Amino acid sequence: MPGTEIKNFNFNFGPQHPAAHGVLRLVLEMDGEVCERADPHIGLLHRGTEKLIEHKNYLQALPYFDRLDYVSVMGQEHCFSLAVEKLVGCKVPLRGQYIRVLFHEITRILNHLLQIGTNALDIGAMTPFLWMFEEREKLMGFYEQVSGARLHAAYIRPGGVHQDMPSGMIEDIQKWAENFPSIIDDVETLLTDNRIWKQRNVDIGVVTPEQALDWGFSGVMLRGSGIAWDLRKSQPYDVYEAMDFDVPIGKNGDCYDRYLLRVEELRQSLRIIAQCLEELPGGPVMVEDQKLAPPRRMEMKRSMEALIHHFKLYTEGYRVPEGETYTAVEAPKGEFGVYLVADGTNRPHRCKIRAPGFAHLQGLDFMAKGHQLADLVACIASMDIVFGEVDR
Amino acid sequence: MNDPGSQLDGYSLKELSDYLLTSLEGNLREAAILHEQLTIVCDVSFLVRVLTFLRDDAQCQFKQLSDLCGVDYPDRQFRFEIVYHLLSHQYNQRIRVKVRVHEGDPVPSIVKVYSAAGWYEREAWDMYGVYFAEHPDLRRLLTDYGFDGHPLRKDFPLSGYTEVRYDEEQKRVVYEPVTLTQEFRQFDFMSPWEGARYILPDEDTFDPMDDTEGDK
Repeated sequence: MPGTEIKNFNFNFGPQHPAAHGVLRLVLEMDGEVCERADPHIGLLHRGTEKLIEHKNYLQALPYFDRLDYVSVMGQEHCFSLAVEKLVGCKVPLRGQYIRVLFHEITRILNHLLQIGTNALDIGAMTPFLWMFEEREKLMGFYEQVSGARLHAAYIRPGGVHQDMPSGMIEDIQKWAENFPSIIDDVETLLTDNRIWKQRNVDIGVVTPEQALDWGFSGVMLRGSGIAWDLRKSQPYDVYEAMDFDVPIGKNGDCYDRYLLRVEELRQSLRIIAQCLEELPGGPVMVEDQKLAPPRRMEMKRSMEALIHHFKLYTEGYRVPEGETYTAVEAPKGEFGVYLVADGTNRPHRCKIRAPGFAHLQGLDFMAKGHQLADLVACIASMDIVFGEVDR
Repeated sequence: MNDPGSQLDGYSLKELSDYLLTSLEGNLREAAILHEQLTIVCDVSFLVRVLTFLRDDAQCQFKQLSDLCGVDYPDRQFRFEIVYHLLSHQYNQRIRVKVRVHEGDPVPSIVKVYSAAGWYEREAWDMYGVYFAEHPDLRRLLTDYGFDGHPLRKDFPLSGYTEVRYDEEQKRVVYEPVTLTQEFRQFDFMSPWEGARYILPDEDTFDPMDDTEGDK
């Protein structure tokens, strides 16, 4: 039709949309089927976590970190605990450090299983999702064994971990870890060389290394673009220094590379888990300093002092000396950081949470430009967005 | 083991701090190392220049903005602090840059230096009401459409001012002032947890001028 003026079309994607991975409202400007501009409207899941933390003491603040990115729970607890420990200046016993690393890697597997499963589901493959959720169930069983909760564990705490692992658990994890590689292989036979999977992912959502740095990308989003950077290697915390594992790097920065990286990270996490279980030393799992960690139940029955410590810790909490720190860990989704400002009282003055997904979602606009609507869904899935951490 | 970044990949934080103080002479107010992290404070007017230098200088290469946030100090002369966390992948270093502003004073936007700053500045504007001059798109980010106030300010109540519910008669969501069914409770428990600062004086060694003894 010569002479007819074609206007771009604006519409909403979400906030109720299964491929939006939560409550994302995207205002899209489309030229036919091609996306010209994507403006994410976030905040629909904003719960004021940072404000709430300013009104709680340090121990009460910890469970809020479970509720940020609710699929990589312990990674975030780990980060907050490290930040508090840095300000207090305490050293976690070796066994505690090993258990933390062990569960951080279990968390990474939990997260990547969900990401790969839902990514495939968004693109139209149902089966991997079901297989991976079966494995997630088993891993959440391990969560339950150590903390009593399947999702919001509150297990890693400032000073160590809350309780020691129950007996027999090491064997349970080892048994699971023997079987798990075959599940990864099964999923790979379905996806990795699959023609449709490649058509939907190769050369979609390409991020150049310059863009990845400029937009504050981290984790798989950064490594997918070929930048060798992993906080577990470059700025190791707890016992990561002693662990032997490889960090896979992508080449093209597209969705397909990021998928491959996640699959490889599953295998590398398994290696770390095996090392942790093998080298796990004996000893306490929490600092013995009773001004920071509660006394054991048995002691409370006998010792008046222990009872007082327990009471004071769970009412007033502990005071953290004045100071500030930015502590970051390599959470499954990328660099998860906590900027903690302490003013010498029992509550933080400011606790800024640096969520990896926040920076990634901001980059959606440039990633989606020129792609079709269906590819936009692949981009969102590949960023691994969870709204608990984006909106906080 | 928990403290990365003290002396990694070539130069230490002290060297970096000295280097910055000489090469950015006059632009920096102070530089301090705390918990093995370097903090520099600069004037608002020099902010863009300092950050551009940190990004482009061959010895710094802070190519990434990890985080940007506001902090509210109601008692200070400059009420708000805007804190920038930069990361240099090349030298494996982090640095914290701070500017201090009065309430109502604008801060220059750094979107031209780091694209990632866009949303972070929108968030800081939303939460603290700090205005970022020349920001291309300074809208609220996390709060509701049409929200009034800046929730992370210390004088904003935890419960907020309005609440929403679905009204069956009007068939829509309505906004109402907050009504608390139970009085808002804030326990602080700030008691002498470390034990009393005084001890019963021992007659032989008691020295009324010596305060250190009571620290136990």
